[in-house]
Amino acid sequence: MSNYTILSVSDLRKYFTTAEGVVRAVDGVSFNVKHGETLALVGESGSGKTTTGHVIMGFYPPDGGKIIYKGAYELSIPMKKRPLELKRDIQIVFQDPGTSLNPKRLVKDIISLPLLVHRIVDKRRVYEKVAELLEYVGLSEEYMFRYPHELGGGEKQLVAIARALAPNPSFIILDESTSALDVSSQAKVLNTLVKIQNELKLTYLLITHDLGVVRNISQRVMIMYLGKIYEEAPTEEFFKLPMHPYTQMLLSSIPTLSEEDEKIKPRGIESVGEIPSAVKPPSGCRFHTRCPFAKQICMEKDPPDIIVNNNHIVRCWLYE
Amino acid sequence: MSGATVSEVKFSELEKKVKRENWRRIWFRFKKSKLSVIGLSMILILLFMAVFAEYVAPYPSHAGLYIAFKNAYKPPSIEHILGTDMYGRDVFSRIIFGFRYAFMMIGLVLSIVVPTGVILGLIAGYYRGTFIETVIVRLSDIFISLPPLVLALSIASILEPNIFNSMLAVSLMWWPWYVKLTYSMTVSLRNEPFILAAESQGASTLHILFRELLPIELGTILTKVTLDAGWVILIGAAISFVGLGAQPPTPDLGTMVSEYSKYLPEYWWMSLGPAAGIVLIILAFNLLGDGVRDVFAGE
Repeated sequence: MSNYTILSVSDLRKYFTTAEGVVRAVDGVSFNVKHGETLALVGESGSGKTTTGHVIMGFYPPDGGKIIYKGAYELSIPMKKRPLELKRDIQIVFQDPGTSLNPKRLVKDIISLPLLVHRIVDKRRVYEKVAELLEYVGLSEEYMFRYPHELGGGEKQLVAIARALAPNPSFIILDESTSALDVSSQAKVLNTLVKIQNELKLTYLLITHDLGVVRNISQRVMIMYLGKIYEEAPTEEFFKLPMHPYTQMLLSSIPTLSEEDEKIKPRGIESVGEIPSAVKPPSGCRFHTRCPFAKQICMEKDPPDIIVNNNHIVRCWLYE
Repeated sequence: MSGATVSEVKFSELEKKVKRENWRRIWFRFKKSKLSVIGLSMILILLFMAVFAEYVAPYPSHAGLYIAFKNAYKPPSIEHILGTDMYGRDVFSRIIFGFRYAFMMIGLVLSIVVPTGVILGLIAGYYRGTFIETVIVRLSDIFISLPPLVLALSIASILEPNIFNSMLAVSLMWWPWYVKLTYSMTVSLRNEPFILAAESQGASTLHILFRELLPIELGTILTKVTLDAGWVILIGAAISFVGLGAQPPTPDLGTMVSEYSKYLPEYWWMSLGPAAGIVLIILAFNLLGDGVRDVFAGE
């Protein structure tokens, strides 16, 4: 795995104005994605993880910060104004394949769109290429002439993956791509994702709340809470040595089947309460309202970056 | 990747098969209701009569200017099943030619109104929150806020009263409804993930509007088109009735009702025939509309 940074996000901010007030969905997020890795962005609903992904895609412009892609492209510009090359190179697979595929278009039309837009193959060979892509993600070419509603959830998601692969991208945002699927199709989709990543040297930004998925396919993990990232670590270390109380809470809330799994779970932190509103986020460390170890300072000041080791960073006053 | 080379012939075969399958499904849903099949058959029969009026009508020369006073004011009989008018023209023959004008009116109005309204609606919905949206939506609001018949009448009275101008007037008041319908559907579909997906892959605006959005909206639009066809006849007849539409001796159904109503009640058959013709064609389109709605409602 080469180490060059494919995507660099610094101090990204995205606020939404609603009737209740300004929602600080993403509030100063910085991270780097290295070429060829899978970086997981984990958080509860409302943590701003999907918003982060959508801002990178350009669905809405950021309110602050910089996103640099491949050292050359500035991604703060909205999707429609991006050069075609960027629209080819960055792809997204959405959460719900039921709504990410047009119900009135045949699978072959859905997949041939990017092939034609980016002139990946000669017009006359488009269908052959579509069949090839379908086969590559594990579907037979019979699926070409079916409508999305004739497919199962997992199959639909595989079609969405084939569509994302069609223009030969190098970076794919997986926006909760397996959350809406049942467990057996989840496994199939995950295996396909891992296979194509290895073969095509793709980089993934995996947005999820499912720590099981994180453990299986990602190399690094970031924990997001109310618009901020509180811990960042290599996957293995993340599960072995979770440092932030929020991380510990998340890990201890995974249901386990075996005694062994139970043993490696961090102790002492019960999941309490709900994520507070992002309109009026708590002062200081945003987790202090639910944190059993909260101190006075946690309520007053943003926690500092504590560098545990090269790749492991935690933002928490406990380790100061 | 494995190179499964499959011939283009095979793919086009499969594509044809899917299309056949779609039509079969549409017909299956449509024929479930007997009334809509009756509506469709009625329209096909009326359309056939309209197209081949010269051959279907017993007295084709009676359509326009024709005078035979010795035959005037004849009640319905075997030679003249709906009787004759004050100039001795066969009312039934004139009604058949009247259907031709009715279909022409429908065709003319809908071919102006539907494309205009749908395209503007798609654009306004797609460019939601921009100046383009404001202009289109406000403009159609203005036209909608004017009472339709009054608008049509004033236009018809400014221009020379004839069938073409009256249809132009009807079109002018009709397009905003298609804008409203398409606009509201487009707005709700606009931010669906499949639209975002196509946009993020670099699809052109034309592709998004006509290949992604329109196919989904088409069912609802078609339902409105069939239900509106009857209304076009009704409004057209109303304009003709007050004398601002087609002028005698044009065998337009509305004009005929207006012309012949002067001879009520003694010569009741004169106006009864064309009035029944109007009812028949509106009824047929309404029955068809119900069937079309059933076809697309299940989606």
